[in-house]
Amino acid sequence: MSEPTKAQAPSAAGGGGPSRGGIPGLGALGGLGEMRHLGLLGALALLVVVGMVTRPDNFATASNLVSILSLAATIGVITVGATFVIIGGGIDLSVGAVMALASVWATTVATQSYGPVIMAICAILVGTGAGLVSGLLIAYGRLVPFIATLAMLVAARGLAQRMSDRKTQLIDADNAALVDLSTTRVLGIPLLVYIFALVVVLGWVVLNRTTFGRRTYAVGGNPEAARLAGIDVRRHTMLLYALSGMCCGIAAILIMARTTTGSSTHGDLYELDAIAAVIIGGTLLTGGRGTIMGSILGLLIFTLITNLFILNGLNTSDQLIAKGLIIVAAVLLQRRNLKERAP
Amino acid sequence: MLVMKGIVKQFPGVRALDGVDLDVRAGEVHCLLGQNGAGKSTLIKVLAGAHQPDEGTIVFNGAEVRPSSPIDAIRLGFATIYQELDLVDGLSVAENIFLGHEHARFGFVNRPAARRAAREVLERLGHGEIRPSAEVGRLSPAAKQVVSMARALSHDAHLIIMDEPSAALAHDEVANLFRIIRELTAQGVAVVYISHRLEEIREIGDRVTVLKDGRTVAVGLSARDTPTTQIVSLMTGRNVEYVFPAKAGRSPGDEVLTVEGLSSPGVFSDVSFSVRAGEIVGLAGLVGSGRSEILEAVYGARPATGRVLLDGRPVGRTVVDTVRHGMGLAPEERKAQALLLDQSVTANITLGGLTGFARFGWLDRKREREEARRLAEMLDIRPPDPERPIRTLSGGNQQKAVLARWLLGGRKLLLLDEPTRGVDVGARAELYAVIRDLAEQGIGVLLVSSEVPEVLGLADRVLVVREGTVIHEGDAAGLDEHGVLDMIMNGRAA
Ligand SMILES: Nc1ncnc2c1ncn2[C@@H]1O[C@H](COP(=O)(O)OP(=O)(O)OP(=O)(O)O)[C@@H](O)[C@H]1O
Ligand SMILES: [Mg+2]
Repeated sequence: MSEPTKAQAPSAAGGGGPSRGGIPGLGALGGLGEMRHLGLLGALALLVVVGMVTRPDNFATASNLVSILSLAATIGVITVGATFVIIGGGIDLSVGAVMALASVWATTVATQSYGPVIMAICAILVGTGAGLVSGLLIAYGRLVPFIATLAMLVAARGLAQRMSDRKTQLIDADNAALVDLSTTRVLGIPLLVYIFALVVVLGWVVLNRTTFGRRTYAVGGNPEAARLAGIDVRRHTMLLYALSGMCCGIAAILIMARTTTGSSTHGDLYELDAIAAVIIGGTLLTGGRGTIMGSILGLLIFTLITNLFILNGLNTSDQLIAKGLIIVAAVLLQRRNLKERAP
Repeated sequence: MLVMKGIVKQFPGVRALDGVDLDVRAGEVHCLLGQNGAGKSTLIKVLAGAHQPDEGTIVFNGAEVRPSSPIDAIRLGFATIYQELDLVDGLSVAENIFLGHEHARFGFVNRPAARRAAREVLERLGHGEIRPSAEVGRLSPAAKQVVSMARALSHDAHLIIMDEPSAALAHDEVANLFRIIRELTAQGVAVVYISHRLEEIREIGDRVTVLKDGRTVAVGLSARDTPTTQIVSLMTGRNVEYVFPAKAGRSPGDEVLTVEGLSSPGVFSDVSFSVRAGEIVGLAGLVGSGRSEILEAVYGARPATGRVLLDGRPVGRTVVDTVRHGMGLAPEERKAQALLLDQSVTANITLGGLTGFARFGWLDRKREREEARRLAEMLDIRPPDPERPIRTLSGGNQQKAVLARWLLGGRKLLLLDEPTRGVDVGARAELYAVIRDLAEQGIGVLLVSSEVPEVLGLADRVLVVREGTVIHEGDAAGLDEHGVLDMIMNGRAA
């Protein structure tokens, strides 16, 4: 039964890091061939086994798996953007707030009057715009990413509250097409999961097959070398945050579809989940190294834990403790990996 | 005093050391020679506790030792100056020197004492001008090298290992280094010295051990009397002639680069010169004379006033512009300024010309790999597998990859800062030929080197820089090493 979960991940993101193809013989498996990813897959498999043993009745059901994937989809899209930013040597703390702002902006009475397509475009534009502002501040205003995106977090939440008057904005019946994204199913899987998969694939392609991706690794790995190689480091940094913002806009569409609302409270602490997923996935916080594949596996592990805790009726506080422990374990593992590589 | 026997070190896919023997006597300067990738750095990292050997024994003063960590090695009395600088940029000079053995009481660092002690060591090295409180990240590469030497000296070591310490040093600094080495050996300290410059070995060395492909091929040769041809053929397994390619056959073409009144306050002032197509122009000068800074300013990587024209047209003052217009800079400090250590050799080589491998941003990875492989072969980068992470290559081979980045084509002007730093004798001759070949194809080359013979041998025209001004300009043919050194040091125009 572990099929659906597993099949989803590799098909969505099969392939290697840009250059460290891992073990050559496993080339066909791409990124999965990397040792780290094997470890993550192992952890994922373990969680699946735990789920099947503790709740044989309702863990391996189609509805539960679909709910896991739907849950993962929103943060997953954000995680893709966060992976780019972190590989590029930055950090984006504003993702949850920007998503909330985008959802609110897209569900105002005025925007809703233009129909679902405009609402979706609005969400993406708002997200991209907010990311662009952070990017400008960081790249050209020389603010530290941590500070600039922290400021954006606070400001975006504030703006979202102001626009919505702290009320939850429902999506009109006229715009139900947007909600269809979570209710319409193809092969039993809601459309929004396909959107998530598409974002992952696109993210992987951009990171591994384009000059943009290659430059992202260069800018994060050694900004001075990137600059001397003729890369416009500042412009690239700005674009990375815009990309992250765009992913938040897409995530806003997904959360609107799932909850049928836009609200300033959406996406609370998503930044922590996204960053944690990226770190667990083996991306260095110092930049220059990492994979989309790892981040997505990290995210699935996180989501699965949440699911297991809920299914088993366990306390959410314990769930947070468990997640904290996992982050520490992952970082320790990462350090050991680094040590082995050090000269 | 130190005997290493049958040392084996295996890395994934590479047997870096395959049974190496080394014996070092107290008070001697023992030179370690070998081609790029022969295993020299790996061997001394075993001594320094940075690598654990898979096989073999190390006997120090009659007792078997096994340095399990750098701290362990320092306790045994082994101090190491690594090939790649290992300083903490954010800390001060004094803090770097005493990193790990601070002047501390109950965990509080005694800063005045540390600064005093740092000043003492720096003065001993002849560099009293480096302030112990200065931030290391702001120092020049040469000054960093001095700090890293000061760190090694700050330990009371019985054995000091120096991995290419002179690569970043200018002529007079090397003399300084040798003076210190002589002082040390007079006190009975043993020095293991690695360098690709045979003249240095002759001057300072006592005995020589030659490594080839991870094996010892000769032990205890006399550093002074062994003929160069014998050493070189032991290293390379063939006879390499250490010669420079013939100078430009035809007269150079139009001016590719024109520099007019380039100034940067406090660094260099009113520098004007030109480089013509097909011409190699060398900048000779002391480290800190402003040579590298001039190169960086031409490249747009450092703010400066004045005019820089490429093909007679002004270019923008950012690196993005100059690269777009056909310049390329191989910087002085490969690790800090050029390499993406986590990436493959291919990704490192193609970084400067990525757009050339892409259509609408989409990379043609096959063509990219082929091109990287071609260049790796041309420069003889070893091992010949461009998909390896570049951090697993030896220093000299990394340097070749830095050069390869700008050989991709499409360049009109190459700025080469110490292009042969850390490259072995045999490969060096090949690099010279490659550079001359590029010039023959009509590229202008501006070259900086601390080795005067290299400047004279390779360049057509030479500019001598002293304290930020060009004090002499003339054909390389009309100059000799002595004359140039005299100008560099004393400012006397020939
Ligand atoms: N961490 C590593 N992982 C894999 N291979 C390595 C690693 N470090 C070194 N090697 C390989 O070991 C061999 C010896 O490298 P080493 O750095 O000792 O050469 P070297 O003699 O110091 O050369 P150079 O003169 O260029 O500095 C090389 O083939 C190198 O690619
Ligand atoms: Mg070396």
